[in-house]
Amino acid sequence: MSDKKNGLVKPEDAEFDYSAGLAKVDADKFADPGIEPHRVRMTDKSVKHEKAAARQVAGLFLFSIASSIFAIWAYFGIKVYSFDLNSIRSNVLFLGLGIAFGMLGIGIGAVHWAKTLMPDAEVSEARHQTRGSEETRAAAIEVINLANEESGFSRRKLIRRSLYGALALFPIPGLVIFRDLGPNPGDSLKHTMWAPGLKLMRDPSGTPIKATDVQVGTVFHVIPEGLAELGQSEATYDEMIAQKSKAAVLLVRVDPAILMEAPERKDWSYQGIVAYSKICTHVGCPVALYEQQTHHLLCPCHQSTFDLADACKVIFGPASRPLPQLPITVDKDGYLIARSDFTEPVGPSFWDRKA
Amino acid sequence: MTTASENSKKGGFLAGTANYLDERVGVAGILKTFGRKVFPDHWSFMLGEVALYSFLVLLLSGTFLTFFFQPAMTPVIYDGIYGPLKGAHMSVAYASTIDISFEVRGGLLMRQVHHWSALLFVAAAGLHMLRVFFTGAFRKPREINWIVGFALFVLGMAGGFTGYSLPDDLLSGNGLRIIDGMIKGVPVIGTWISSLLFGGEFPGDGIVARLYSLHIMLIPALILVFIAIHLFMVVIHKHTHYSGAGKRDDNVVGYPLAPVYVAKAGGFFFIVFGVIMLVAATFTINPVWNYGGYDPSPVSAGTQPDWYIGFLDGALRLTPSHLEVMLGNYTLSLNVLIPMIVGVLFLVVVALYPFLEAWVTGDKREHHVLDRPRNAPTRTAIGAAGVVFYAVLWAGAATDLIATNFKMSLNQVLLSLQIALIVLPIAAYIVTKRLALSLQRKDREIVLHGRESGRIVRLPHGEYVEVHEEIDEYTRYKLVDFVNYQPILARPNARGKITIRGRIRASMSSWFFEDRVTPVTPAELKAAHSDTKELH
Repeated sequence: MSDKKNGLVKPEDAEFDYSAGLAKVDADKFADPGIEPHRVRMTDKSVKHEKAAARQVAGLFLFSIASSIFAIWAYFGIKVYSFDLNSIRSNVLFLGLGIAFGMLGIGIGAVHWAKTLMPDAEVSEARHQTRGSEETRAAAIEVINLANEESGFSRRKLIRRSLYGALALFPIPGLVIFRDLGPNPGDSLKHTMWAPGLKLMRDPSGTPIKATDVQVGTVFHVIPEGLAELGQSEATYDEMIAQKSKAAVLLVRVDPAILMEAPERKDWSYQGIVAYSKICTHVGCPVALYEQQTHHLLCPCHQSTFDLADACKVIFGPASRPLPQLPITVDKDGYLIARSDFTEPVGPSFWDRKA
Repeated sequence: MTTASENSKKGGFLAGTANYLDERVGVAGILKTFGRKVFPDHWSFMLGEVALYSFLVLLLSGTFLTFFFQPAMTPVIYDGIYGPLKGAHMSVAYASTIDISFEVRGGLLMRQVHHWSALLFVAAAGLHMLRVFFTGAFRKPREINWIVGFALFVLGMAGGFTGYSLPDDLLSGNGLRIIDGMIKGVPVIGTWISSLLFGGEFPGDGIVARLYSLHIMLIPALILVFIAIHLFMVVIHKHTHYSGAGKRDDNVVGYPLAPVYVAKAGGFFFIVFGVIMLVAATFTINPVWNYGGYDPSPVSAGTQPDWYIGFLDGALRLTPSHLEVMLGNYTLSLNVLIPMIVGVLFLVVVALYPFLEAWVTGDKREHHVLDRPRNAPTRTAIGAAGVVFYAVLWAGAATDLIATNFKMSLNQVLLSLQIALIVLPIAAYIVTKRLALSLQRKDREIVLHGRESGRIVRLPHGEYVEVHEEIDEYTRYKLVDFVNYQPILARPNARGKITIRGRIRASMSSWFFEDRVTPVTPAELKAAHSDTKELH
């Protein structure tokens, strides 16, 4: 009883513990003939071969010595010059080859030594059941019982239960202190830098784009006005990267005749010029490939494909949602500007993107 | 009569050292216990060794790299010797990676050694797991060590991925972006995890430093601990050996540690290190200077993760379109969740398989003699199906490259792989099981009627027959020494009820063992000899 409680099987259960299960243990079985007799090697019976093998082993070790010296020479001897990548390549190659052969000489030599000159007759060693003998197990149970008795672990319920409670709770402060790893995500994912009137700028130069510069079929990689300036200062460089991760846009002009626009989006484009978020709605790779003939946008990471003419709906690949569209128009000087921010969160879906 | 200590006095330096160590750490006892320990010999036992040694190479090369690498995302303007990037804005991490490559002698070599040995570590660990699986080495008493090894495999992937992201180049930045997208797809807490991981909005300014502390401290420490447990258990159990004459569950047959295995395993460490060094010296890997620093807008076509992340990337790609569903106002990104669940479920099944098989067979005995894969047809078939499933996911990570290299339609490549993911594992299961059973029958044939000698003899009455040569007893024993399991029927228990558990176990047992070939018995051999008039 107490043995079971300790998770150990009582001696009389030992047989059960080693039951063969579904295995059919056949009495009529071939007898084990024992280890196959040793096959004599050439190096065992011929002094000539033995000496040759010994010379080969020593030769390999000597080769290793030479290679290591070569590696040291290569490190110091092959000069690395600025603006000359070939010198770097030579340095890497010869240093690496020297070290490699230095190692291989030792390794192959040692294995060759073992295989040709050390005894190769297989020997057998006894192996015992992993579990302890009955005496050992009894002694172990005795230790546990004694510890239990002396501490009163089973008997003193209050101590035991309060200890469980303490042990369950103590790791929680250790988890809580990681809270400051990052801020509350809030609604930062739902907004981008785009705002009414912000000019569409070329990425990465940060120059504005005139509607008349955009020919049918050309693609512009676009960032919002002011983003490039953030990247100029070291203090705001990270801010630039984070904003760009959401605000990157692809600008394309297509023949207005093929553009299938929903009535409420009629004024989001300008004479066939449309702007869509470049951040894939699957897992956020930049949708960087535009195929002019089919007006498809393709994400190179997981091949989600969007139809630019049909509101960037998903026509292939693992994405589910269309790329969000950026409403645009032109200002009085003819430069393309945003009418507003995106009207939905860009990039990969997340739990409360609609909430 | 001379005593050991007298010997040591005249034995010179070596004996003196041995004596010094023995009197302080008791090295004599250790040598006495372990010095002549027997290890079995087989090429497939070296796979785990390759993993172990590539981990040592990782530690050594990684330490070198930490002396020069700066894990910070602070922006700098590059002013090093690599012309094309001069004046470019980038992070300190990326700049220091370029500097290691071009301005530290041997730095590029060490980067390549580190990356190649990481790829090799995961590959060798994976192959070692396959060896253990297909030979049934995970059976009692080694189930726990299987779990430890599995943890090492997963830790290897984690170490690889955290390291891959450190240089903060365009390629690894996009890799992190994909991870961020997947995390955001986790219901309810996704955006929180992402914010905590990146310290705010992606990519933030801290992720490289955070991954760095995981990569150089926590993960390698865990790997070291698990390796120690793994090897400790090998010592406790002693190594398995392949079935064959003289190999039993109560012995271990092989060569002694000293001198044979000291030379072989020690030498093998140098061979593994040497081969990695050879590859690193001659093949470029991850030329980050070509990619540029991370920028969220551009991406290069044909982007690929390191090979061991491929199956997860493939799972992402093979998921069909439009799987996102709305639960009221909340978005459930099944297109991201399903591949994550498939990947995790696959790993869980791998981890738990030993317990499933142990439950089906009910075999509580210790097994130290390995199965030949053919002698466990269902297990081998399950393994083959798993390998094919993984391989199709893995191929899925290269749909675009397959399409462009073989000039095929990307859409059709993807569709074919989606079908293959379901069909091919089933096909692999059936084919492998039939192959294993056929090989077993061939073994029976050889034991009963001997090996085809290739000698054709014409009998007096004109008939031609091929002479079969009887095999020797050692070869025969290898062919007949395997466990023969028999399926069970569901039986009522003491209360006269057939439990659901019993039913499931009965149907599992017939799934595993209904089709089986039994080992030849001496009686069968005798009958075969007296039945036939064979020429020997």
